[in-house]
Amino acid sequence: MAGSREIRNKIGSVKNTQKITRAMEMVAASKMRKAQDRMKKARPYGEKIRNVAAHMSRANTEYRHPFLIERDSVKRIGIIIVTSDKGLCGGLNTNVLRRALSEMKKWQSEGEELEVCCIGNKGLGFMTRIKANVISQVVALGDTPDMEKLIGAVKVVLDGYTQDRFDRVYIFYNRFINTMKQEPVMEQLLPLSDDKMQSGQSVQENSSNTGWDYIYEPEAKPVIDDIMVRYVEALIYQALTENMASEQSARMVAMKAASDNAGSVIDELTLIYNKSRQAAITKELSEIVGGAAAV
Amino acid sequence: MSTIFHLDIVSAVESIYSGPVEFLVAPAQMGEVGIYPRHTPMLTRIKSGMVRIKAQLKDEELVYVSGGMLEVQPDVVTILADTAIRSHDLDEAKAIEAKQAAEDAMKDRASELDYAKAQAELMEAVSQLAAIEKLRKRRH
Repeated sequence: MAGSREIRNKIGSVKNTQKITRAMEMVAASKMRKAQDRMKKARPYGEKIRNVAAHMSRANTEYRHPFLIERDSVKRIGIIIVTSDKGLCGGLNTNVLRRALSEMKKWQSEGEELEVCCIGNKGLGFMTRIKANVISQVVALGDTPDMEKLIGAVKVVLDGYTQDRFDRVYIFYNRFINTMKQEPVMEQLLPLSDDKMQSGQSVQENSSNTGWDYIYEPEAKPVIDDIMVRYVEALIYQALTENMASEQSARMVAMKAASDNAGSVIDELTLIYNKSRQAAITKELSEIVGGAAAV
Repeated sequence: MSTIFHLDIVSAVESIYSGPVEFLVAPAQMGEVGIYPRHTPMLTRIKSGMVRIKAQLKDEELVYVSGGMLEVQPDVVTILADTAIRSHDLDEAKAIEAKQAAEDAMKDRASELDYAKAQAELMEAVSQLAAIEKLRKRRH
């Protein structure tokens, strides 16, 4: 009869875990829908501002924004890492951090200096642990990504770029492909690559060749500055919404797997428990029968 | 000569307006601007306020915009609305705050310890389950 009480306790504790994971699975499923919705809603803004930036790069301006100018030597690199605030979402954060770490090692071996901006708690924890140089951070973003919270941290990086502290800026995040698949990606944010400056639709091809320019109100420089900063912010914001959608779906999948595992463990333990109970009963019976026979 | 142009008003959170319009009035930084089709290309900041839109065969519509950018092309007009209240001083203050937070986080992370501990425990339970499952599969 030894161990039957222990088995029963174990079954109880696994059942409790299963309750938690199942609840988290359902919460993640409903949040996932909302996160995907937000991701889709953020897209038009990204497209439009990309078009504007593309028009602007074709306009005949005297002022060229520093974000567009490729630098010859790359000494210092700024990195933006987008992760989730909370864990229990499978390998999502691990994947993107591993990707970032391998790139960082590569850059370090090439003698480049690195500074990191962390969006999300998990990345921050990781970066402090490996003693990376964290220059700015945003954590506790909640479920709705808020532009307002991003501005400060992003500005630190953008200022670093305009003040020549960085020669290049990269962003790491999880791209949402579908519910079952998310992919850690690295993108060059600054200087803005050519394909980021091409518009999705070709507007006014004819007038673009004739050396036109905008009327800027009040002046070219502040207006162009504003547009470029907003464009980069929009790119980061989009990365964040994608990462959040990825987070929720990864969590849903991970929690579903955990619930399923718990279910099969419970089945197995119940079987063992019943067997041991049966064995105990059989033993007791045979003792009684044996005793009666002896009398 | 076309009498309409395409207007898009978008913010980072949603698309606010999209469609053909006859003319519009927007609160640009240097004063209100009225835009008709075939306007010369223009790029300007706009203040928070009402954008007046007149679509074909419809009454005038009012849309509130909390500041942003206005781009005018002869046939396409785009308003990029901000979702946050912005000014250079405000942005600066936020940047300093974000920097400070990063420095503080390097120093102590005690406040998050309880949450982290609870999470670590749950994480352990989940990985135990996964390990048991794997062992079970190997045995069979």
